[in-house]
Formats: sequence, structure tokens, C-alpha cells
Amino acid sequence: MSFFVLILLFAGLGILLGYAAIRFKVEGNPIVDQIDAVLPQTQCGQCNFPGCRPYAEAIANGEADINQCPPGGEAGIAALADLLGVEAKPLNEENGVEATTLVAVIDEDVCIGCKLCIQACPVDAILGAPKQMHTVIESECTGCELCIPPCPVECITMEPIAKTLALWQWDKPDAPSERKAS
Amino acid sequence: MKLWRFNGGLPSLAEHKNESVNLPIEVATVPHQLIYPLRQHIGNAAASLVNVGDSVLRGQKIADAQGLISAPIHAGSSGTVTSIADHLIPHPSGFSAPSITIETDGLDNEIVPTPCTNFRELSISALVDIIREAGIVGLGGAAFPTAIKLDNQSRSRHIETLILNGAECEPYISCDDRLLKERADRVIEGVEILLHMLGAKQAILAIEDNVPDTFTAIQTAVENNHNSAITGVQIPTIYPTGGEKQLIKTLTGKEVPSGCIPADIGIVSINVGTVHAIQQAVIEGKPLTSRIITVTGEGVTKPHNLEVRIGTPIQHLITFCDGYTKHAERLIMGGPMMGFALLNDEIPVVKATNCILVASQHEAITSKQAMPCIRCGLCASACPATLLPQQLYWHSQSEQLEKAEKLNLFDCIECGCCDVVCPSHIPLVQHFRYAKSALKVQKHEKHLSDIARERFESRETRLARDKAERAERSRKKKAALKSKPAKEEIDAAITRSKQKKQSNEIGEN
Repeated sequence: MSFFVLILLFAGLGILLGYAAIRFKVEGNPIVDQIDAVLPQTQCGQCNFPGCRPYAEAIANGEADINQCPPGGEAGIAALADLLGVEAKPLNEENGVEATTLVAVIDEDVCIGCKLCIQACPVDAILGAPKQMHTVIESECTGCELCIPPCPVECITMEPIAKTLALWQWDKPDAPSERKAS
Repeated sequence: MKLWRFNGGLPSLAEHKNESVNLPIEVATVPHQLIYPLRQHIGNAAASLVNVGDSVLRGQKIADAQGLISAPIHAGSSGTVTSIADHLIPHPSGFSAPSITIETDGLDNEIVPTPCTNFRELSISALVDIIREAGIVGLGGAAFPTAIKLDNQSRSRHIETLILNGAECEPYISCDDRLLKERADRVIEGVEILLHMLGAKQAILAIEDNVPDTFTAIQTAVENNHNSAITGVQIPTIYPTGGEKQLIKTLTGKEVPSGCIPADIGIVSINVGTVHAIQQAVIEGKPLTSRIITVTGEGVTKPHNLEVRIGTPIQHLITFCDGYTKHAERLIMGGPMMGFALLNDEIPVVKATNCILVASQHEAITSKQAMPCIRCGLCASACPATLLPQQLYWHSQSEQLEKAEKLNLFDCIECGCCDVVCPSHIPLVQHFRYAKSALKVQKHEKHLSDIARERFESRETRLARDKAERAERSRKKKAALKSKPAKEEIDAAITRSKQKKQSNEIGEN
């Protein structure tokens, strides 16, 4: 008797679990989204993957290390290490060095309107038409520098972003001096 | 009247009021040059209405508000606009920002103001417009456009209590006190205008108990006015009782919830200097072109309370006060607790400037060598915003800024009480200022990266769609070529063209 009760109980639980697996199915890999949220979205490809999301997927699959993103820098690596529960490590120098974000500026007198930079821009931040002057939408530019190599007339330069009051930062005070051991 | 006590604060902070509190307000001379940064209020910078070479009169609007949270700027004296360019602004960053410079002509010609005899005849929206057009912002230091606070009709808020902030808690500063002593009648008239506009039941004018003669002056003015809704109240002198939230707690016992404004709990609080400016704008028809400031400290020969034209370079005021003494060490705008150091004295007085402190070495709060936090908790008992400074410090210095934000870092009013009581001399407020500004930058970067992600993903989708469409088109073409009806069509076309050719040949023959 109790045997049948157990059979019924397990069958019931099995159905319940089976239903839950369908009803609450997680679409995609949530860890990829979490990693992607930490990455700076520069889409520069310095990590050797074609964009931040592909890099996130590679990290999730164990195909890439966490120290391949120069725009994210040390802070980005620390955040990834924190998220994935691994040790932080210094940035892989083969991928590049951490630098301040710049924006691309097109010298409009030199531009011949070839459209090559538009095709290269990963975030559609360049505006233009064939044989018309092109220009960079500054607020959308991530500073990935991918538009520079394709330009046949070398009219694109990277410029520093103008400092604004709204984004000015106070200096961080020095850490307190440690007490000397007596 | 029953009073409440806010958490912590510094009851025994050296006030340093004696240097300037007994000096009557003097009118400063008009300088040769007036400089107007286009952003001297919270919100959008004003947009210039004048060009280089234009001549302007006192009271003429030279820059207009941009958007709702903004304020116009008016010329402080007559003269010629000599430049509209970047000039050093009073800001801790030491940045320059677009400013209008006027070379004064010494005539001080004014646009003739149109006084108002009875403000009660004006509609409330007309009064709000007058205050907005007069360029009035909070003169206590925050410089928030006042018209927005008073525009209640469009927001269907119910305001119960109007608080007039005459609690000048910061050491050294005495400009509001002198204003109340000498021009109490005007302030009380301003209070009546505000009561009329807000429909509030009561107005409480709060003054610290270290200036009893000011309280007497206010009492007399209130009695002469016969308005039972207005009460003058003496409150205990505890720094920072003049903070908006601390004053509300002291007078009403209510606390403004985190992330809310006083109007959410039925209170509007306005600085008395602002009330004076409102009275001048509504009754006399004069826009905000001057204000009262205290010039004090051991670094200046003769401290003064001065009525100055906004835009006056600090240099000119120092000369008016007989110059620097040999003790002058640091130039501070605001008081010693919450003020900030200025790069030089070419920087102009703006609407929010209430004090120029020329500090000597011992007056300037010098940074002592910070020692490690010993977790004594004195900072938490002193914090008037009931925060946990030691925890905020812990998270700020270790760059765990989100944790600091969760502990309500943005409720910190940067009053400096924790700095004063800290036995390890940790510059806590400096850490909090850093953490706040770093968080703002991080949020901005997050916003940018969200935009970039979205644009990258839409581009990827578009490229994939284009590719799929191209593949689909070529597949259809190929399929069409292979399918029977197409073959028949082609065959038919070939036969047709053959026949045509033949018939042509026949015709030719």
C-alpha cells in the first residue's frame, strides 16, 4: 500500500517539476547578460571578439579570460572577478592598455564621403551619405577607434572629451596613514 | 511654541559672529567691471540676450532662462557689454564657464521700475511670473529658482506651513541677520506676499537665539503688521540648524523623507534674503541685481556687511574693505564649514554668494594628518541627517560606492559636523563629496554604455535582417529560374523572339 502511495507521490512531484521546468524556463544564458552589463559597451573588439556581447558569451563559455578588456580597465576586471567569483588579475597587455575615453572627429574638409567609416562603426554613430561629408555624433561615439583604419584619406582623429561641470569629480582624499607598529 | 531637536549637530561650534554682526549694511561702490556667469543657479544655464558692444541699463535682462529649471540674469549697472566668453566661476573645480562681462559707465542708469501698490489684486500666476522674470533664486546658498517652489497651483499641492529661514548657523556669516535687523518691514511684507501665493495657514520666521536684538526687531515688525498668521520664533543655536531639513524638524517635528522635498509634507521653506528679493521684485518692480554679503575673516582689514551688485569681482570688495591683511591665507566663498576655496579674487560674486571669508592660517580648517578610523561612532551621533558616516567612509574609501549609496550617501548635506568631531581627523566630508561625484560620473557612464549596447544590438539585428533578406531574394530568384512555369515562360519568350526575327527577315526579303 505504502509503496503505491510513494509511487503516486513521486509521480506527482515529477509532474510538478516537469511543469515548472517549462513554465519557468530561463531564456538564454543569464550569466551572459550579467557579464555584458559589466562590460563598457565600447564595442571596440580589442578583446579579439567582435563586440562586448560576443566577449561576454566567450567568458561565460570559458573560452576567454576576464582580463582582455582595456576600456573596462582594472575596475572592469575587478567587477568581473566579483561577479564570477574568481581572482582579479592585471590587464592582458596583448589586448591594449587602459586609457581615457576619446571621441572620433572627422576633418570635414578632407572627408571624401566614401562611407567606409560608416560601415565600420559598431554603434551607428557616423552620419553621412555617398560623396557627402560625414560627421560623428559625439554623444553616441564610444571611442572604439574602429573607424580609423578604413579611412582612405586619414581624416579621422581621436580627440579628448571636453570637461563639463556636471561631470567634474572631487579629488579622493589620501588613505589615512597606518599606525606604526611599536 | 513647542520646538523639537534634530539629531546631533554641534551646539558649541565657535560662531565668530562678533567680527561682523554689529556692522550695519553699507552699499558697496559699483565696480568698473561686472561679470555674470550664465549658470549661477541650479538647472540650465541662461542664454545671453545681448551682443558685444551693446549698451545696457541697470535692471535690463541680459540673459534669459532656458527651460523651467533656470533663471534669467539682469545687469547690475549701466554700461557696455565687452565680452561674452569663458571666465573663472566660483566653483570648487576652478573651471571657467561662459560669462557676460559689462564695462560700467559710472552713470548707473536704471530701467524705471513699475511699482505695485496692491499685490493682492494680482493673480497668483502673475506673481509667479514676476518672481521668475526677476531672476530670483534661493539666496541662502542653494540658488534653486524660487518661482518653481511657489508655483503650487499647477501642481495641486497643499501647503500648510511657510518657514522663513533666518537661522544663519554657519560661523562668520551675518548678512541675513543684518537684513532682518535693518529691513524687517520689507521682509514681513515679503512674507505676506508668500502667504497670499501659497495659501498657507501660518508663516514661521526662525532666528537663532544668539541674536536677541534681531528677534526684537522682528517682533516689532510683526506687531506693526497685525497679521496673526506670522510668528517669529527663537530657536537654539546648534549648527546646522539653518539646514532646510534640520530647521523643519526643529520647528514642526516633521522629517522630510529621503528623496522628497518639503512640499511633499506640506511645507515650503525660504531664506529671508530671498523673501527680501521677492518683496523688491513684486512691490518695487526691481529684478534681482544686488544682494547682501558678509566680507570677513582675519585676512581682511575691515570686515563689512555689504550690499553689492551681483557680478562684482571679489577684488573690488576687498579693496572696499581696505585690502588684505598680512594674515590672509585663503579665499573662501561661503563659511568655513561648507564654503569652498577660490582660485583668485577675479572671480565675481554670484546670486548664491552670502559670504567672502578671507581666512588666516588658523581660521582655514587645515587638513591634519588623517589617522585610521577607530570606529568610535562620534560621527554618527553628530550627523544631523542621521546617517552613519563611518560606514559611508568605509565604503567610499574602498570604492564600494553602491553600498554607500544604499546607506543614503546622497542625503548627506556636507555640513562638516562629522569632520569636526572625528578624533582621527579623517576628512569625511571630502570622502563623501568624492563618492557623490564619482557616483554621478559612473551613472553617466552606465547611461552611455546602455545607449551603446542598444545601438550595437539594433545594428546587429539590422545587419542580420539585411543578410537574411538578401539570401531570401537570391533563393527566390534561383527557385523561380528552376520552376516549370518560369521555364515555359522563357521558352515562350525565345520562340516569340525567333518568330519576330523570322518575320523581320521575311519582311526584309
